[in-house]
Amino acid sequence: MAETQESVIRGICGRFANDRTRLMDILLEAHRRLGSVSGEAVDAIARAVSLPRVEVESTLSFYAFFSPRPRGRFVIRLCNDIIDQMHGAERVGRAFREELGIDFGATTADGLFTLEHTPCIGMCDQAPAALINDKVVTNLSSDRARELVESVRASGDVEHMKLTLGNGNNSHPLVRAVVRNNLRERGPVIFAPLVRGTALRKALAESATEVIKSIKVSRLRGRGGAGFPTGMKWEFARAATGENKIVVCNADEGEPGTFKDRVILTEAADLVFEGMTIAGYGVGAATGIVYLRGEYAYLLAFLESLLKERREAGLLGRNILGKQGFDFDIRIQLGAGAYICGEETALLSSCEGKRGDPKNRPPFPAQSGYMGRPTVINNVETFCCVARILENGPGWFSSIGTNDSTGTKLYSVSGDCDRPGVYELPFGVRVSDLLNMAGAQETAAVQVGGASGQMIGPKDFGRTLRFDDLATGGAVMIFNKQRDVLRVAKAFMDFFCEESCGYCTPCRVGNRLLRERLGQVADGKGSPEDLAYLQKLGETVKATSRCGLGQTSAQPVLTTLRSFRSEYDRRVQTRPADLLPSFDGAAAVAMAESLAQRRSVYFGK
Amino acid sequence: MSGEITFTIDGTEVRGQAGQSILQAAAMASIYIPHLCAKRGLTAWGSCRVCTVLVNGRPQAACIQPIAEGIVVENDTEGLRAMRRELIEMLFVEGNHFCPFCEKSGNCELQAMGYRLGMLAPQYPYFFPVRDVDASHPDLFLDRNRCILCARCVRASQELDGKNVYGFVGRGADKHIAANAANGLVGTDAAVTDMASEACPVGSLMKKRVGYAIPIGQRMYDTKPIGTDIESGSARAQAGGGR
Ligand SMILES: Cc1cc2nc3c(=O)[nH]c(=O)nc-3n(C[C@H](O)[C@H](O)[C@H](O)COP(=O)(O)O)c2cc1C
Ligand code: SF4
Ligand code: SF4
Ligand code: FES
Ligand code: FES
Repeated sequence: MAETQESVIRGICGRFANDRTRLMDILLEAHRRLGSVSGEAVDAIARAVSLPRVEVESTLSFYAFFSPRPRGRFVIRLCNDIIDQMHGAERVGRAFREELGIDFGATTADGLFTLEHTPCIGMCDQAPAALINDKVVTNLSSDRARELVESVRASGDVEHMKLTLGNGNNSHPLVRAVVRNNLRERGPVIFAPLVRGTALRKALAESATEVIKSIKVSRLRGRGGAGFPTGMKWEFARAATGENKIVVCNADEGEPGTFKDRVILTEAADLVFEGMTIAGYGVGAATGIVYLRGEYAYLLAFLESLLKERREAGLLGRNILGKQGFDFDIRIQLGAGAYICGEETALLSSCEGKRGDPKNRPPFPAQSGYMGRPTVINNVETFCCVARILENGPGWFSSIGTNDSTGTKLYSVSGDCDRPGVYELPFGVRVSDLLNMAGAQETAAVQVGGASGQMIGPKDFGRTLRFDDLATGGAVMIFNKQRDVLRVAKAFMDFFCEESCGYCTPCRVGNRLLRERLGQVADGKGSPEDLAYLQKLGETVKATSRCGLGQTSAQPVLTTLRSFRSEYDRRVQTRPADLLPSFDGAAAVAMAESLAQRRSVYFGK
Repeated sequence: MSGEITFTIDGTEVRGQAGQSILQAAAMASIYIPHLCAKRGLTAWGSCRVCTVLVNGRPQAACIQPIAEGIVVENDTEGLRAMRRELIEMLFVEGNHFCPFCEKSGNCELQAMGYRLGMLAPQYPYFFPVRDVDASHPDLFLDRNRCILCARCVRASQELDGKNVYGFVGRGADKHIAANAANGLVGTDAAVTDMASEACPVGSLMKKRVGYAIPIGQRMYDTKPIGTDIESGSARAQAGGGR
């Protein structure tokens, strides 16, 4: 038995040339074949790729989709993020538990099923949603959950689940997903038709510096959240000394409430690949990597097939479109369940086969990124804009949107509204306009930019969505008057505690402290001093954290303290000076009694 | 990349060499910036964040941030002291630090930092985590209750000993220090004479059978606060110009 495992592992490592930088792929494949990666398997991998054992263990233990312990043949991961909670995820969870006879975190005795929770899987517009192995299931109800378990049990295969396939490419034979695009508004940039190769052909007719100039003139800013000017980023990478430059597409899309890249990859992936190829030409790179979040593994075969078609059409590979000396190809790197890997330097660590720890800056990726090479990293949507700018011209692009924010933006709209989904709109629309389009009523709060964004109330609904006002990577989560804003903030803090990489003190510890105190306040067990405590703690986490995760993770607390102060004030209570509201006397007595194993003489009832 | 760089720390003009971090240049100028994970002779790591300073108004980790001409660095301000105290308190409540009976007490950089920054008791609730002790090795032990995840052992083993004894396993709150063997430290090539065995700032990676050898009152930080060597310039003399 141990023998066969060793030979399976040796085979897998061999397929990746025993290359330690491909450890992610090795571990993913080992899980597909063996279900989990045991201690002996870790030893075998370490031997095969010549890594210290602890480094293999380090990577293995970092990602939620990996496991050192045996799991069921079918792993059900139910999203328990806020949007799913609002749409009945708890009922669905109960149905799964009852049908399987196990709790979350457990595996059935027959070794068939493991049940887990997972943060946002990018299906918020069709929540509650879950993954069963690589398959996505959406719009779940208790009945549907039971039915799915039964059908997997009966057929012994996820491929035979009864599914109604979604629209567009979701029903492509290589995708076969129930996912719906919910594409509510098509704009001229991302979701206009593209004739494969048009933009690239125009780019290759210019010099590389002219291409970068076009991007600069268009005033394109990154769509991944930070809004860095794309042309400037490319210029740095082009100017950087170093061989074998790299272009990376960030398709990790892990920000709760964000799912627009999913729809791009389903319906406009060609535009993405075209943009990446143009970037390769612009900065002088021959290699492209798409970092695709593990939750979107259902799109992998389809995306690979598109890459193959592009190779066959001479749009990837050597001497592209006959341009002598311009070689460029793309590979897809799958992630394995770690939000932090969307942070660009953590993403690079992951691509190098390591745990997804962010790297220290400087050096910045444009100087020294993937394997120390100059690297350009852009969001999926950014690459689409690039291709369109080359196709239609920078002037055309910059005429759309506002002065500081040119072009269109995709919004992932979810929560309390009639028409959740993806909207492509020019920059500068008002929040209230978007709420109307989405059919939102009685809206009390909107979370702009996902968990790390900001929570705004009605007095800010007249503000506009653009970089210099309300910036967002695309998430717009809507909460009506029935929702408890503090509970929403608490759910976001749960998310950050789960997803912190653990590298730096403020993020690893501070977020847990924030969550704990916020929870107390939300439960009505807070005192007025707790608000100052939360404010100060939040500011410290924000100021001292090492990467963007910790620098924004206190936002749910800080922005609700700002916009929903009355919600806090309403709940905290003043008590006599010597009594903390969080102190539960009866519980303390009960605990003391159980430790002492006798009733209290003074307090016992 | 040659040449001197001039900048200020709390208004004092400091000269450094291109390529130095703010922390290094400050130490050369006998200015102490509190730090825990940084250690002379090891590459910078940037995890504790205690060295946070303001550079032209923006928070940066002094051990990572390179010096640049004309930057204005704020270090010893009430605001930064308060933030650093909060970070130290976080490290205290995250682990199980029972100083009164810890072998490292008095020689511990975390404890000394608590004193220097004026921490009385943590304002945060304790986590009281359950953590494993690895006592498998004949000469060394790893008491994870006191580990602050600074990676000084990891780096010392790799960079100074040419070994790979230590590494981190787990993510977020589960992150912990681990040995490069399934059966713990005993399965590795760790030796008591390794530089890594001297690297731990707290009482986590310790040598067996030497605890409490120096009586209370005569331990390193019993007499002088942490950072005194830098402020007195003796650290500079020791480092022989480098850091
Ligand atoms: C915790 C964290 C998660 C992130 N996740 C993503 C992501 O999923 N997709 C993305 O494009 N950018 C993400 N970013 C931003 C990236 O670090 C980076 O700024 C971006 O990919 C750059 O591309 P752009 O300039 O085209 O926006 C994340 C940042 C942080 C701090
Ligand atoms: S390691 Fe230091 S801080 Fe921790 S218990 Fe020991 S003396 Fe106290
Ligand atoms: S054992 Fe000591 S040196 Fe190693 S990471 Fe923990 S605290 Fe740092
Ligand atoms: S899929 Fe559950 S919140 Fe996004
Ligand atoms: S000393 Fe700089 S982060 Fe620890």
